Amino acid sequence: MIRADKLTFDYERLDEEGKVESVKRAVDHVSLDIKAGEFIAILGHNGSGKSTLAKHMNAILVPTEGTLWVDGMDTKEEDKLWDIRQDTGMVFQNPDNQIIGTVVEEDVGFGPENLGVPTDEIWKRVEESLSAVGMLKYRHHSPNKLSGGQKQRVAIAGVMAMHPRCIVLDEPTAMLDPNGRRSVIRTAQKLNREERITVILITHYMEEVIEADCIFVMDAGKVVMQGTPREIFSRVEELKRLRLDVPQATLLAYELQKKGIPLPDGILSNEELVDELCRLKLKM
Amino acid sequence: MSIKIKNVNYTYAEGTAYEMHALKDINLEIPDGQFVGLIGHTGSGKSTLVQHLNGLIHATGGRIYFNGRDIYGENFSMKELRSKVGLVFQYPEHQLFEIDVLTDVSFGPKNLGFPEAEEKAKEALRMVGMGEEYYRRSPFELSGGQKRRVAIAGVLAMEPQMLILDEPTAGLDPKGRDEILDQISRLQKERGISVVLVSHSMEDVARYVDRIIVMNQGQVRFDGTPKEVFRHFRELEKIGLAAPQVTYLMQELKEKGADVDTDVTTVEEAADAIESWLKK
Repeated sequence: MIRADKLTFDYERLDEEGKVESVKRAVDHVSLDIKAGEFIAILGHNGSGKSTLAKHMNAILVPTEGTLWVDGMDTKEEDKLWDIRQDTGMVFQNPDNQIIGTVVEEDVGFGPENLGVPTDEIWKRVEESLSAVGMLKYRHHSPNKLSGGQKQRVAIAGVMAMHPRCIVLDEPTAMLDPNGRRSVIRTAQKLNREERITVILITHYMEEVIEADCIFVMDAGKVVMQGTPREIFSRVEELKRLRLDVPQATLLAYELQKKGIPLPDGILSNEELVDELCRLKLKM
Repeated sequence: MSIKIKNVNYTYAEGTAYEMHALKDINLEIPDGQFVGLIGHTGSGKSTLVQHLNGLIHATGGRIYFNGRDIYGENFSMKELRSKVGLVFQYPEHQLFEIDVLTDVSFGPKNLGFPEAEEKAKEALRMVGMGEEYYRRSPFELSGGQKRRVAIAGVLAMEPQMLILDEPTAGLDPKGRDEILDQISRLQKERGISVVLVSHSMEDVARYVDRIIVMNQGQVRFDGTPKEVFRHFRELEKIGLAAPQVTYLMQELKEKGADVDTDVTTVEEAADAIESWLKK
């Protein structure tokens, strides 16, 4: 679905005459291969290059060096731009930059309408997407009157209504309350499972990625770790050095290990830890 | 410094089709030196409430007392209130505007007519962990976490007696999150100021605050220590919130028959409680 080969991106800083003053390498020779239908998570501290990489996935940015293919289409080929953008939808952190409609349902319908979807189908999609993000009862509201979290869910519905094959979510839950966060992540998981949509999730909340098929960890523009959640979250100290964290259940298991309690590495969820602890207690 | 809120009501767009009763009969007192967490789902009234505390929004009913003085009284200076109650908005880094870090942070105290504005700015930058090497850097060249810290310093430089932060860690990486909250917590202790932290992270709130106020539909639903409040995790879920993950874990252990203390809100407490249960 998405394949990168030695993708490199430099931000250029120009002086007053428009000459290149300095160059900052944001993505540094990243190669990866994301298969259709996968749920991928990208972790990394602020400034590690995650968002710059994500912006390549629907050709908002094109590589300075190397290549990125979406569904076999090289993002450098300008005539493929619209196909690429229909294939890969993007949701950003700040919903205020993504909402254009004056009524919620109009905003969500904007995408499919632009694609020439028939009217009946547009309304169907608007309804589906809004109920998927728990915002159906706000369909006639003005987006301006919504709170940040509610707006974000509308923005996600707007992308979903376009039925893309792949959705890139760049910190979609940074501003949401626990319920909003849960509903957005569940929605992404549901779309991935039921509609086989490829999901690429960038987040700072470790709990959100424990069900991902694969996690990429970025630092200084490079992919420095890659593996299943269990593999990645077994490396607690390394993650902390990269300014990251682990889910609370993993951290608790790690703290208990330090107290000499024999638990396996890479516990991800409460259920797993509870089971392990009950087993231990029985043996004592 | 204390703030007392008495029967405060606020209605948006009163008398129009968009009328919304955002705050209903709020009664609260925030004493000197307390670290308060304010939680509630989006739209529960948290932000509306905190904007009352420094007079940005005028209550449509009720009274607010700042150190015993009615802030809506005739001789009360709102300007003074705003210098005493510092409000850090969501994404405060969007409000950075000056040519370099030090000038930006000096803007507030200068505006208030403080004689040593630049000294205050330097002190504030020190408190948020931004050293001299950053003074002359453009605020726009900093990382997300650094910008956030500079913006917070901009409020600290006005030496507020109460600091209100509306989701100060949104969008920061885990380390940045810890750094900011550690610094705020240290500040609160060093200076003895009161802090109101508006947050969506139950884990963060559990770790740092003395008291949690839970808002729902414009009303105060719970008010107590983290342990007291998170005991009501089922009710919290019904209003769009949750307890920290470890609180659930202890609950699940208990349901499996383990004789453990479920009054747990942080990883450290959970580790201790589990250790003592295993040794029983």
